[in-house]
Amino acid sequence: MNKNTKWVASPYLLWMVVFVIVPLVLIGVFAFTVNVPYDLEGNRLTEEQASELKLAYEGTDEEIPVVYKTVFSWNNIIAVSQYLPVLLNSAWLALIATLICLVIGYPIAYLMSRVNPSYQRLIQMLIMLPMWMNFLLRTYAWMTLLEKNGWINRILGLVGIGPFDMINTQGAVVLGMIYNYLPFMILPLYSVMLKIQNTTIEAAQDLGAGNIRVFTKVVIPLSMPGIASGITMVFVPAVSTFIISRMLGGGTNMLIGDLIDLQFLGNAYNPNLGAAISLVLMAFILLCMSITNQLDNGDEEMEGKML
Amino acid sequence: MSNSKNKIIELKNVSMTFRDSDTPVLNNISLDIHDNEFVTLLGPSGCGKTTTLRIIGGFATPDKGDLLFNGKRINDVPPYKRQVNTVFQKYALFPHLNVYDNVAFGLRISKVPEKEIKQRVAEMLEIVDLEGFERRSIDQLSGGQQQRIAIARALVNNPKILLLDEPLGALDLKLRKEMQIELKKIQQRMSITFVYVTHDQEEALTMSDTVVVMNKGEIQQIGTPQDIYNEPVNAFVADFIGESNILPGIMHRDYLVEFAGNNFDCVDGGFDEMEPVDVVIRPEDITIVPASDEVLNGVVETVTFKGVHYEIVVNAYSDYWIVHSTKSANVGEVVGLSFTPEDIHIMKKSEMPKITRYTVGQGEEA
Repeated sequence: MNKNTKWVASPYLLWMVVFVIVPLVLIGVFAFTVNVPYDLEGNRLTEEQASELKLAYEGTDEEIPVVYKTVFSWNNIIAVSQYLPVLLNSAWLALIATLICLVIGYPIAYLMSRVNPSYQRLIQMLIMLPMWMNFLLRTYAWMTLLEKNGWINRILGLVGIGPFDMINTQGAVVLGMIYNYLPFMILPLYSVMLKIQNTTIEAAQDLGAGNIRVFTKVVIPLSMPGIASGITMVFVPAVSTFIISRMLGGGTNMLIGDLIDLQFLGNAYNPNLGAAISLVLMAFILLCMSITNQLDNGDEEMEGKML
Repeated sequence: MSNSKNKIIELKNVSMTFRDSDTPVLNNISLDIHDNEFVTLLGPSGCGKTTTLRIIGGFATPDKGDLLFNGKRINDVPPYKRQVNTVFQKYALFPHLNVYDNVAFGLRISKVPEKEIKQRVAEMLEIVDLEGFERRSIDQLSGGQQQRIAIARALVNNPKILLLDEPLGALDLKLRKEMQIELKKIQQRMSITFVYVTHDQEEALTMSDTVVVMNKGEIQQIGTPQDIYNEPVNAFVADFIGESNILPGIMHRDYLVEFAGNNFDCVDGGFDEMEPVDVVIRPEDITIVPASDEVLNGVVETVTFKGVHYEIVVNAYSDYWIVHSTKSANVGEVVGLSFTPEDIHIMKKSEMPKITRYTVGQGEEA
């Protein structure tokens, strides 16, 4: 960039510092510290002693002789390990949702990229349309559909099937993820597939490839960048969601997002632990993303084996 | 000048109309292509030449008529089952594969053993003069190199017919000339039928055994380059193949034609008496001589230096004549235009609107 125009980027830099760097540092600080009670002489107190003292002084005019000091600690991070099953369950559900989104979204994106442009705009519109409605409202709508005496069970009842337990299951949570995040799979795939030239496909046919081999040897390898970014864009929000699991999972299937929510706004108030879980989740997501990036960059090395 | 009488491709009364249009792209086309023949489909854009190629390749299906391959109808055979390979206009190489894997693509599809693939790819890269480029990625190649890879990728499959859709269009002039010679050599060495599409008449004349001139979905003339150039069947062909002076004339009787206000002896016959005709005289067949009563006289309008020759525009009898001459002339000078009866080509009036590409002063004759 030209030296004289560099300053144009400075608002963005400020934005980054205030809303990205600072919060990240704060999360880091919270995650690696705990508040420890001391008495006024500077002696370390146990939590029990501190609460006894608080009880004793409650209702009196005297000041409670307990001070909290923030000290460095690994305890939060260590404590996260007990929630590993929750993290794995979240990742598992998000993975299933992502794969189903890929299976549903891929053919839609492919067909979309091959029909004539006026249809393309129409389909694009239909895919975006639900996203214009509020996220909560959409998820509420699914609640009324999936309930014991909701619409789906009622209609099934008319033909004498059911009722089924659909709401408050893991299946409902996965369904909610798929419904809400499918557009994020289709759109990046579509934009990559749009760049695949028709003549490239014709060239493959010309060289003897039938429809299946055109697909496996040309279309899929060329759409790898779209697959990678689609997976990222669905998996990342799905793994950290808490609204979907709370509304469609009924709180019985706690996800890592719910757990974080509880530490900040819920009964289990403990921002330090919440920050630690967030940090671990972030590390986990970064790990997953680096794997998907391999999918994208790796195709040049992989192609020899694929053929 | 086909090397063999054996017809490999026959198009019989083929017509085709695109879905979103009323006018046909191809209107009742019939064409035979022989073994080892270099056939060029030549015409302006929109004349149907690419569509004809796509029909042979299997990428377009005619509405009417038949396509025969070695005598068998193949209208409904999909492209991947035809013994035909194509070099696409913009090469259409696979961007996710390197040079080797691009060339090997077709062989791998047909399950040729890797060892043989290796050998055949190496041979082919040698033919197109790109040995040692195996591991290069496609975007590291220049246009000319990509073009040669596209040719190698098609030829390595030993097709019976190679289709080439304006393969040299994106190259600069010098490279294009080199590739023309190269392609002709490859075609002769491998004895494959080439069907070549171009709008460049010089390219067509240089490379082909047979030239098929097309316009508006119809074949105008099929012949050797010499036939097409020396004996164009109508004004369109005459004008499209090289520059021409095309003038309205009247055939008084066999071997006597009137144009530009004079009667001239000519070598053509077989027209009705007093039939209106088009008269074609090539610019290089006209000699500039001193003005006299013996020849057609005119005023020099412009003189342009073209490298090998001067292009001299002479206004004679209210028509602009283009003359190619190695000697210059002075603007405003009155000169004589001399040509022999053999230089006068008489053609039936074509129904097509007159082409105004080279004859600048059309308005005056109308």
